[in-house]
This record gives sequence, structure tokens and C-alpha cells, in this order.
Amino acid sequence: MTLDNIKTLEPAKLRTEMESLKKAGFDYLVNLVGMDWGEEGGLGVVYELENTETHATTWLKTSTADRENPMLPTVSDIWQIANIYEREVFDFYGIKFVDHPDMRRIFLREDWVGYPMRKDDKPEEQNPLNMTNEPLADTTTQYILNPDGTISTKQNTIFTEDEYVVNIGPQHPSTHGVLHFRVSLDGEIIKKIDPVLGYIHRGVEKLNESYTYPQTLALTDRLDYLGAMQSRHALCMCIEKAMGIEVSERVQVVRTILDELQRIDSHILFFSCLCQDMGATTAFLYGFRDREKILDIFEETCGGRLIINYNTIGGLMADIHPNFQKRVKEFIPYMRKNIKEYHAIFTGNVIFQNRSKGVGILSKEQCISLGCTGGTGRASGWANDVRKNHPYAAYDKVEFNQVLRTEGDSFARYMIRLDEILESLNIIEQLIDNIPEGNYKEKTKPIIKVPEGTYYQAVEASRGEFGVFLESHGDKSPYRLHYRSTGLPLVAAMDTACKGFKIADLVTIGGTLDYVVPDVDR
Amino acid sequence: MFDFTTVTQWIDNLLTSAMPTWAATLIECVLVALAVITLYAVFAIILIYMERKICAFFQCRLGPMRVGKWGSIQVVSDVLKMLTKEIIDMKNVDRLLHKMAPFLVIVASMLTFSCLPWNKGAGIIDFNVGIFFFLAAGSLGVVGILLAGWSSNNKYALIGAMRSGAQIISYEVSIGLTMLTMIILTGTMSFSEICQQQADYGWNIFRGHIPAVMAFIVYLIAGNAECNRGPFDMPEAESELTAGYHVEYSGMHFGFYYLAEYLNLFICAGMASTIFLGGWAPLHIYGLEAFNNIMDYIPGVVWMVGKTFFVVFLLMWIRWTFPRLRIDQLLSLEWKYLMPISLVILVMMALCVSLGLTL
Repeated sequence: MTLDNIKTLEPAKLRTEMESLKKAGFDYLVNLVGMDWGEEGGLGVVYELENTETHATTWLKTSTADRENPMLPTVSDIWQIANIYEREVFDFYGIKFVDHPDMRRIFLREDWVGYPMRKDDKPEEQNPLNMTNEPLADTTTQYILNPDGTISTKQNTIFTEDEYVVNIGPQHPSTHGVLHFRVSLDGEIIKKIDPVLGYIHRGVEKLNESYTYPQTLALTDRLDYLGAMQSRHALCMCIEKAMGIEVSERVQVVRTILDELQRIDSHILFFSCLCQDMGATTAFLYGFRDREKILDIFEETCGGRLIINYNTIGGLMADIHPNFQKRVKEFIPYMRKNIKEYHAIFTGNVIFQNRSKGVGILSKEQCISLGCTGGTGRASGWANDVRKNHPYAAYDKVEFNQVLRTEGDSFARYMIRLDEILESLNIIEQLIDNIPEGNYKEKTKPIIKVPEGTYYQAVEASRGEFGVFLESHGDKSPYRLHYRSTGLPLVAAMDTACKGFKIADLVTIGGTLDYVVPDVDR
Repeated sequence: MFDFTTVTQWIDNLLTSAMPTWAATLIECVLVALAVITLYAVFAIILIYMERKICAFFQCRLGPMRVGKWGSIQVVSDVLKMLTKEIIDMKNVDRLLHKMAPFLVIVASMLTFSCLPWNKGAGIIDFNVGIFFFLAAGSLGVVGILLAGWSSNNKYALIGAMRSGAQIISYEVSIGLTMLTMIILTGTMSFSEICQQQADYGWNIFRGHIPAVMAFIVYLIAGNAECNRGPFDMPEAESELTAGYHVEYSGMHFGFYYLAEYLNLFICAGMASTIFLGGWAPLHIYGLEAFNNIMDYIPGVVWMVGKTFFVVFLLMWIRWTFPRLRIDQLLSLEWKYLMPISLVILVMMALCVSLGLTL
């Protein structure tokens, strides 16, 4: 999708405009992208809003010319998720959001010097190798706009002196990666969660600005490794649309099948890890046994099992393997049979039901405000499936149901994933016998230059809406390439979902929200 | 039925004929202690190997296969590795308590282990209030766990120890009540007499019929919780508290907890077979004399160990099937369900015995 007419707002008018848009039904903040448009353009933010009823989207931007002390009004009180997005922008661009309650760095160390995503910042020079421990403050700064137009600061407390704060992570078996939660406890009851992110932040977005377009593809597989197909699909589609490349029907169908296989792979792993987290180790290995089949299919066709590297600009790296259709057709009935086994060993278990029903409830409004897409949102009754709302690839040619539940608790989130495996199998079954003939790759120029403009493409990744925001200035590398992380809103939702529950529930809730840490940190 | 007292008597006579009584007693004590420690280590190795193989088969795997044929000496090498590992001294821990805690746990475990009647006349600790002694010695273990959590200066360990304290003390109520039920049936607290009765009149689980079967089930659940094993492994809860109370221990100090965990499983199962399944008493079916005679040829120690491993298998089956409970659910299971049920069973058994309804 080319974004020709992003509406520019004055910072002073931003909040009234945003509030009226929220009232008009644009209740879902999809993207909040920090931007550096250089000396003339200044520092700014691009917003994408979506109306969850009509699925209409609108794009807005605002900027400030002050590079020394850039200030913009916050929208974190309008959309909860803006809280963490604005911290990300502050971290990378140094834009201070006035009235934001918690203006701390989020990915980088608190003692980091400079704002690395600014085009004129020199992070290596300002930050020599630091051998001291990372400081973790218990207080945070809020910038307040006084009535006379001046700015004052206020210190907010995150954890008081006498709170019992337990560190869950960064090395902990059930955070599924190097994720760090500071959890304030009252006995076994959780009072507050403060996620500390960035332990595997690799600066993918910054790296992309110095890579050529084919090089940027390599990094998408390393974001959400359980949604590698879909992320790469999104980036390829975004660049193809920007350059006006039409890929063949064959490519569309193969991409759709592989996306769905990846989704099944991810949901099986979700099941396995949840079982492991809750102490049912046998069910864990049942999941791994079945996931192996999908990885074998990937290996045969793509060469990779986890880092798949299959989509490319203009099509696919190679044609599908001759065994591909046979293997996938064997897999469909096999998986349908084994899902019943999952239900028998785990879903029906009274201990699991007691531990998951009514635990970690997120209401539909909370999910939308927190931007929790994917299975998490659908478990609360929010129909957010990008495959339905903004169809791409071959999704408009197949029939499938968007699985919805209304409870919003851990059990609903679990059931959604298992039911989605069956839906994905249905999609694959409809396509696998009718893969059309055609080129598996369109010819592209040796050096790919995307025409000047701003582009966006979203796909339904394994755990929610994954978006690629691309601003090109006509060079062979992107001016700005931003990924809408599927996991960041889920981590941001942990505090809301866990408050008042027990430590053991943190594990259940974290497991059912299903975040993947490299995708959170990027 | 072979009576083991002939062996012990023979050794005793041999020693007393060669030396004064006090020296003979001293040597006998040392011999018994060596026997207990050896048995303890051997059973630990067998149990660990068994658990690894059983869980592997539940999980569609093969388990250890590389060290020795079918991985048979895997556990031995694991134990050797554990013995050679460094015991790391922690900063800011309560030294004395930190080092004492694993010994308390292992001592409690060994004391209860010695209570098991292996064969007719082969009980190591056997006197008229044996069950009392068993319960009292078993309660020592929780002190070790609480001390470990407290002295480690670690939040995970402390939470694990708090959970463990609440859990073990709660479930001891049920264990005590179910054992009391069986004491009502047998009328004695001595393990050798309990077994002798079962050899004479049939296993308790048959004699006590409905209340005894119910008590057996309650005992298995409570016993499993008492051993801190899944689905009741909250004190360790790997995915929540990493390793709970023993997170700061290394080397053989950790090894003691590890050994004690497996042996407590064995002791729990052994006690179940002693008071419910007849201990060393062979299976007799009333009216089938030929069958009974054949059964009598199987030595008592085989019966005892066989029954114990059967119960161990039941407990492992549970562990590798169920997810873990949450601490509040665990406590409400005990105080809202198991304890009232065990009280009801106690009353039922008392009625059965007083009305002569036992078989």
C-alpha cells in the first residue's frame, strides 16, 4: 500500500485531532513510528490508526524542528499501547513526550549517550564498551507542560523502597527468551510488572538503513523466528508493491501455504511451551514430535528449518520441492488426528482448566487499546484477522473461519490457537492440489531501488499483525524501515493481565499471550 | 516363609562368642548403618534410571542410550560427576544453616528409609510405636527445606521454601489421618506386626475394603505431595521458581536434595505397600491352597520391593501426565477435600472395625 497523503498535524493540534478520531471509531493504534527527516523535516512521529468496526485506516504525522530538545504531546492516555511505543521513540530519537508518565529508555541501557536512530548520531563514538552493570532506576521522569508554556519535570516512582521485587528473567525458563520482568509481589500475588527489554536488541531497524533491499530480507527471519515466513512475506510484498512488481499466481499460492504451515508450526510450539511451563512435560514432547514434520517439509523445500530464507523480492528463492505436495497432503490428516490427542492429554485436564479459566482476563477494549492482535485479541472477541480484513496473497480465494471467543482468559487464548491449527489445515487443503503453473520468480534488476515514497504492508503473522513501514528516498537502501512488532504489545499487556494474579499465573498468562522475544526487541 | 531373624541371630551369636557384648553391638550397628547407606545409594540409582526410562517412554523417546547398554550406567556416571563437582560458597548466606540444611533432609530421609520392613524379621527400626516414629522423622525433612530457602538469601528459594512449608505441613495431616485409619484396622503401630497380620489374615486393602481403598488413594495423593513431586512440585516449580529452595546449592549438597527426593518417593511407596498392600506378605487367595503355597516360595523381600516399585510406577505415571497445580489450589485440595475425606474415612473405618464388618 502506498501512502500518498499522510495528513500532517501541528503538534499543538495533535491531541484534539487524535481525541476526535478516537471518538470517530479509530480505536486501534496500529503504528507509532519515530522518524528523522533531517534538518528541514525535523524529528517527528507517524501514526496509523484503524477503525476496528469498518477496518478503515488513517495515517497522520507530526514533527518538530527543534533537534536540541524536541517535545511532542503524548497520546499514551488515549491508547494504552502508545505508552511503550513512545518510550521506544524516545529511546531512539530523543523525542520527549509531554505528560507521558514514564519517559525512560526501553531497549538501550539507561546510561546510553545519544539517540542512535537519528541520522546525525554517532553511537560508537559516544558509547565505548561499557563494563559496568546496567543501572535500573526505580524512578522515572515525566515532562509536564505548565499553563504558561514552560516545561517542568516530575519524578514518578516505579517501585518503592520496601516493595518485594522479584526479577523474573533475563535468564528464566518461562520467559521464552532473554526477557526481564521486574515483578512486585505481595506474598504470591502480583502487584505490578515492569518489563525491562532490550537484552537481545540488535538494532535491526538501524541496520536496515545501511543495507541494500535484498540484504534487509535476511533480518526478517530473525525477528519472530516462529513467524519467519510471514515477516519475510510482508517485507517482500511491501517492496514488490512499491516497485510495481506483479508476482505470479503460483508464488501467491505457495506463499500462502507456507505462511499457514508456519502458523501451525508456531501454534504447535505455543502448545508445547505452555505445557512445559505448566509442568506437563509429556505433552510438551508430543508437540515437538509433530512440529518436526513441518520442519522437515520446510527443510526439503526451503533448505532451512528455523531461519527459512525462502521469499525473495519478486517471488521465491527456488521452486517447491517435488515431494512438497505429497508431504503436505500426508501431514494434514496426521495433524488432525493428533490435535485430538492434544485435547485428550491436556485440554480436558482438570488441573489445566482450573489454572487457565478466568486467569489473566483481557477485555476486548483492553486488547484494542493495547494493540494485542492475533490470537490474544481474537480470544477477547476482537475480529482482527488481517487475512480477512485486508486480504493479501491467496487469502481472498480460500474459505476459512476467523476463530473468535469472548472470554478473554488464558483458556480462550489457548483454545483459539488449537482451533486455528485446524483452520490453517483447511486453508492448506484447499490450495495444495491447485498450485497453478507459473514463474516462481519474476526478473528483477540487479540493484533494487525503490521509488521515492512511503509504503506499508501488513500480514497476519503467527501471533498477530506484522507490519512493514518503508520510507524510501529512491536509494538502494531504505531511508527508514520500521516493523510493527507483534510481540511488543503482548509484553506491554503483561502488567494489565497479571495484576492481582499469582506468580504461577504469570507463567500461564505469559505462555498464552505467546510473545517471542527477538520480535519484541528487534 | 523365610524368617530373616535366623541370619541376624547367627551373626549376633558369632560376634558375641568372639568378643564382649558391647563390642558386638557396636559392630552390628556399624554393619546395619553400612547396609542402610548402601541400599539407599543403590535404590537411588535404580530409581533415577527408572524415572528417566519411564518418562522417556511416556514421551515417545528412548531416554539415556549411550553410556553402557541401554544407558544402564548413565546414572552411575552421573553420581560420580556429582561427587566431583565443586560445592560453591555463596556470599551473604547464613553459612551454618546453609550447610546444615541438606544434611537434615538426607538424615530425615534415611531415618524413614530404615523404617521399612524388608522381610519377615528384617526391619531395621522396629518398635511398638513405629508409625509414630516414621511420621516424626519424616517431618524433619521440611525443616531442612525451610532452612535451605531461608539461608540462601535468594528470593526464589525463599518463595519455594514458603510454599514447601505450607504444602508439606498441610499434607502431613492427610498422611497422618490415613495411617491412623489403618492403625484402627490393625490395632498396632509396629511395622513388623502390621505385616505379620497381613500375612496371616490378608492384605489390609482387602481386609478394610471400601474405607481402605479410599484411604489408599488419599495416601497416594498426599504422599506424592509430601515428596514434592509433580503435579505437586510447586516448591521447585522449574518454570516459575527455576529450582525453588535448592536453587543456590551445587555439587553434592544439591545431590543430597536430589537423592532425598527420589528416596522419599521410594519411602512413600514403600510405606503404602507396607500398610496397605501387605509389605512382605505374599498374595494369598482364600481357598486356593496350591496357589498360596506357590506364592509362599517367593521371598518376602521380592514381594516388598516389587510392590514398592509398582506404587513408584503409579506415582511416576501421575508425574509425567499431569500439569502442575497452583499453590492456592494445592492448599484448597488438601484442606477442603482431602482432609475432610480422610476424616470421613477414619470414622467409616472405626465403624467397620467396631461392627466387625472387616473381612
